[in-house]
Amino acid sequence: MTAIPLTHILVLSTLLFFIGVFGFLTRRNLIAMLMGLELMLNSVNINFIAFNKYLYPEQIEGLGFTIFIVAIAAAEAAVAIAIIINLFRTTHHIDAEQADSLKY
Amino acid sequence: MPSLNNLLLILLLPFCSFLLLGLAGRKRLSPLAGILGTTSLFISALLSVHSAWTYFSSTSSHKPEVAWSMNWLQFSDSLSIDMGVLVDPISMMMLVVVTVVSFMVHLYSLGYMKGDERFTTYYAYLSLFTFSMLGLVVSVNLFQIYMFWELVGVSSFLLIGFYYDKPSAVSASKKAFIVTRFADLGFLIGILILGHGAETLDFNTLIARLTDPSSPWLGALSAGSFLGASALTWGLLLVFMGGAGKSAMFPLHIWLPDAMEGPTPVSALIHAATMVVAGVYLVARLFPVFAIACPVALDVVLWTGIISSVFAALIACAQTDIKRVLAYSTMSQIGYMMFALGLSGYGGEAGLGYTASLFHLFTHAFFKALLFLGAGAVIHMVHSNEIKDMGGLRKRMPVTHLAFLIGCLAIAGIPPFAGFFSKEEILTAAYAANPVIYWIALITAGLTAFYMFRLYYLIFWSRESGVSNAHPVDEHHGEGTISMKLPLLLLSVGAVIAGLVPFGNYVSSDGTPLHIHLHIGDAVLPVLIALTGIGIATYFYKTESSKPAKLMQSMRVFYMTLHNKFYIDEIYLFITKNIVFPLIGRPAAWFDKFVIDGTVIAIGRTTDRIAETVRVMQTGRVQDYALFFIASLITLAVFAIYLFH
Amino acid sequence: MNLHLLVALPVVTALFLLLLRDLRQIRLIALIGSIVQLGACFLLLDSYLDVRAAGITEPVLFKSSAAWFPSLGISFTTGVDGISLAMILLSALVVLAGVLVSWNTEHLPREYFFLLMLLSAGAYGFFISLDLFTMFFFLEVAVIPKFLLIGVWGSGRKDASALKLALMLMAGSALVFVGMLGLYFNSADSFGAHTFDLETLSMQAMSLNQQLMFFPLLFIGFGIFGALFPFHTWVPDGHSSAPTAASMFLAGISMKLGGYGCLRVAAYLMPEAANYYAPVIITLAAIAVLYGAFATLMQTDLKYINAYSSVSHCGFVLLGIGMLNQTAITGAILQMVSHGLMTALFFAAIGMLYQRTHTRMVSQLGGLLRFMPFISTVFVIAGLCSLGLPGLSGFVAEMTVFMGAWEKHDTLSRVATIASCASIVVTAVYILRATGKVIFGPVADAHHGEAGDACWNEKLAAGVLLAGILIIGITPFLLTQLIQPDIERIMFNIGRDLAY
Repeated sequence: MTAIPLTHILVLSTLLFFIGVFGFLTRRNLIAMLMGLELMLNSVNINFIAFNKYLYPEQIEGLGFTIFIVAIAAAEAAVAIAIIINLFRTTHHIDAEQADSLKY
Repeated sequence: MPSLNNLLLILLLPFCSFLLLGLAGRKRLSPLAGILGTTSLFISALLSVHSAWTYFSSTSSHKPEVAWSMNWLQFSDSLSIDMGVLVDPISMMMLVVVTVVSFMVHLYSLGYMKGDERFTTYYAYLSLFTFSMLGLVVSVNLFQIYMFWELVGVSSFLLIGFYYDKPSAVSASKKAFIVTRFADLGFLIGILILGHGAETLDFNTLIARLTDPSSPWLGALSAGSFLGASALTWGLLLVFMGGAGKSAMFPLHIWLPDAMEGPTPVSALIHAATMVVAGVYLVARLFPVFAIACPVALDVVLWTGIISSVFAALIACAQTDIKRVLAYSTMSQIGYMMFALGLSGYGGEAGLGYTASLFHLFTHAFFKALLFLGAGAVIHMVHSNEIKDMGGLRKRMPVTHLAFLIGCLAIAGIPPFAGFFSKEEILTAAYAANPVIYWIALITAGLTAFYMFRLYYLIFWSRESGVSNAHPVDEHHGEGTISMKLPLLLLSVGAVIAGLVPFGNYVSSDGTPLHIHLHIGDAVLPVLIALTGIGIATYFYKTESSKPAKLMQSMRVFYMTLHNKFYIDEIYLFITKNIVFPLIGRPAAWFDKFVIDGTVIAIGRTTDRIAETVRVMQTGRVQDYALFFIASLITLAVFAIYLFH
Repeated sequence: MNLHLLVALPVVTALFLLLLRDLRQIRLIALIGSIVQLGACFLLLDSYLDVRAAGITEPVLFKSSAAWFPSLGISFTTGVDGISLAMILLSALVVLAGVLVSWNTEHLPREYFFLLMLLSAGAYGFFISLDLFTMFFFLEVAVIPKFLLIGVWGSGRKDASALKLALMLMAGSALVFVGMLGLYFNSADSFGAHTFDLETLSMQAMSLNQQLMFFPLLFIGFGIFGALFPFHTWVPDGHSSAPTAASMFLAGISMKLGGYGCLRVAAYLMPEAANYYAPVIITLAAIAVLYGAFATLMQTDLKYINAYSSVSHCGFVLLGIGMLNQTAITGAILQMVSHGLMTALFFAAIGMLYQRTHTRMVSQLGGLLRFMPFISTVFVIAGLCSLGLPGLSGFVAEMTVFMGAWEKHDTLSRVATIASCASIVVTAVYILRATGKVIFGPVADAHHGEAGDACWNEKLAAGVLLAGILIIGITPFLLTQLIQPDIERIMFNIGRDLAY
């Protein structure tokens, strides 16, 4: 079996990351923005695993961090969705464009 | 040499009575206040006379001696303010004058101020004044004299404004203080120049250093030139400016007539006999420096004196307020003393002017205090200062009438009253020095006789009916209490005999006795002129007639100019109201409010405005922030790659 | 004698105050606290004089030092000499008088007295510090309470004034801090360690270029506190909006922090720069003196009159420092003490009048002597002190400044001195105008008589300050003897540096 070169995986994760960034910046819907965020986190996860496997196969820190990020992402999603629900309760929308009460 | 304890006691008695009365406040001690003040002054006066007696009878040559002194404030190694007691002929003479007149005034005020609600305060102020004046005359140090100079100024301020609910009294007191303060500014700068120049503030050392032609200090002070005069000249002139302010010399005299708003006994004490002659005293104190080192400054003294003298005499002829006439006459007589100093030389026969000047100061204190106290008695009875409210009072007030007449004869220079001798000495000195001065002085003497007798006739003769209906005479008062009459009588005696004191034996410019020979021949002309003045006054004013009015009509412009005091007040008013306040004060306030404060506020506003502009960047939208964040991140990344590649 | 006690006493009092609720208890504790402070100061004076009398000539006494941030060379170093002792005594007197005049503070009394105590702690701490960082620390401690005192208890346009005052003083302390850092980083000893220690710094010579750079920062920074023209504009607004005690503290203590700093830090540590900039300082000071006096002429509010006259009087302090000779600096210190007492007394009197008449406008007042003889007398005495009457402290201070100023020979100094002398006339004019209208003259409003004369606490407050004024005025040698050796030492230092 020929190994997939590291570069391919890095290109994939980079693509995934910038798709996430693009989604985060362009989508108005907060849920969609959250999805963009998740994409970015997962691209980082892929990087961690890939580097761990290709560069330091005898170590497991990369895997550890990945688990850590998955856990954080779950917690963060919970907090974010709680915020979104609260926003929806008070303003009846989840449009990021209109949620600008933090200005000035 | 009089005992030091006596000298200190003379000063401390009035001070203690000031402390006691000042702290006691308004209500407590009220009936006792007068007795207390008068008694302490009585003791002071006795001690002064005793000290003077011992001093003058013990030695024949009188050099200034420091009886006691303490270092009060050390400025630098050579300069310090020392507090002390200087014993020399003029300080002893002034001690007697001040305490005696002050005692008379204390005594007189017992009756005059009776029943005033601030009786205690009044006596406290009087004591404060007396203490300050005594401190002034015994000063050993140029700065000590300045300190007491300011203190007499402030006690004069308090006493002029004693009737504080009268706006005219308050503004008169302000005027007196501010005008003399302005003059004191000159005095202060003069002290700075002389003190630093001679590297001492001590009178004896200062005089020694500045009269020795070979001393380095004199050389340094006379070397430089600023606006055509040496530092020494400037220093002395500025010191003299202080003296001229206090002594109401032209053109700093404007406060004196207004100062008559104070209670009359105060005018007698402060504005006739003691404080106003402080300027003469100051010049006399520094006389050796003036005479030996800087004759130019002495010439200024001379001309200031003679101009003031004739100027004031002219104005006095056209005043209608009894106290103002006396005030201008005071100014005129002080002008006499000043020019006598100004034309004097140092030592021997040339120093006649010096002796004459201080002699006149001495006799003037008695007869002018007498005149003021007499005027006070009249005012007390008539309740008005205006001459038109008086007339024909000679029968109602026989004692006052007699006293006033003696005073008038004394000031007019009729022998054998006190004024004759001192004036005669001054005229003799003037005749020897400068004929122009002599003739101006003679004319002034004639004017003096005229206006004093004008006053005398208008008060005590003129209208036989007595007093106008507008101000009915207070029959209950009569002539006042014995405490008011006694000082009049005592001062009358003084005004008669003070001239017989062989003054030259005691006071002379160089401390050695000066034997004065008066020639009968020299006296004829002045006496004739004085008699002429009296004669004219008698012709116009002895009985009520239309003659004065006609005279006034015939020279209306001249009369109005005199009546309005040559419009000097108006000039001052113009300067302050139209120049100082609007052209200096207001721009300063404006500048502060709009330029300086404005700048600070503008800085604040600018900060505000920048913030206003910048805050627009905070849209509050998450995505904007994220975009900004990521864009910056990428920029940084690119930058880092470029940099470290 | 432990100097930390001086700082600890007001802090303890302040903390104790926080536990109380009742106005009576609060003011009683505040009063006791300030009396104890004054007592401690006198104790300090006594032991100081004892030590000096024993012939000990160390520059500072009761010195103690504790490491604070050792790695940065910052330590909590304290000690006193005659000059700081004079300032401490002044502060203690003003604090006591300030507490007494605020006796009837109804609004938030606990917080009010708390802040007053904090302010006094800052002042004491500032005067005893021998370490620049400690000094800066206490300077800041003394600034913050002012903002609150004016903002919460003030009158008139208090918000704007409080803001202006706080911001300008903050700007001043920012400059001071930069200047101090400049000194710090130029202070390497042989091991390369920097120090904030005042005495060590005074031993080290800084290069002229560095001095020229940092001197203006420190001088202007402290100058803002000490009403240096043209940075004085917080003075009128701040003073007039502040409550009485705060005005007294502000003028009596805070403005002295500036003068003291200018002398102790700026001129002492960088004498060459001080000498270099002397013409500028002298010019600005003379302008402040004369211009402040003329600006006062046009004021109609009693507090503004006193505030502008403070600008004028503080000009004398800076003038004295700018002249850089022993007499003039002695005069500057005398003027600081004298002005502190005199202006506190003046503000106290104005506060008392305001409490009774509810106006500070000169035009609405008149003939108050009839109703309030005591307050009026105090007012007149404060005025007379302000215009330099002999026998009161103002005269001694001003004359010493003039005497010293005349020692400097160049034309500019002469002109500046004469201009400053001329201010005594203008001072007389504005003081007499105000006094003549407010105290003397006809009664303006008969209702003003209803409130009666001063109460015991006000009499005591005035008495405390009056005693100080009279003691300095009548026996100035007591104070000059106290400060003379230290000024000689400062002059020796300055002279040594200038000789190079």
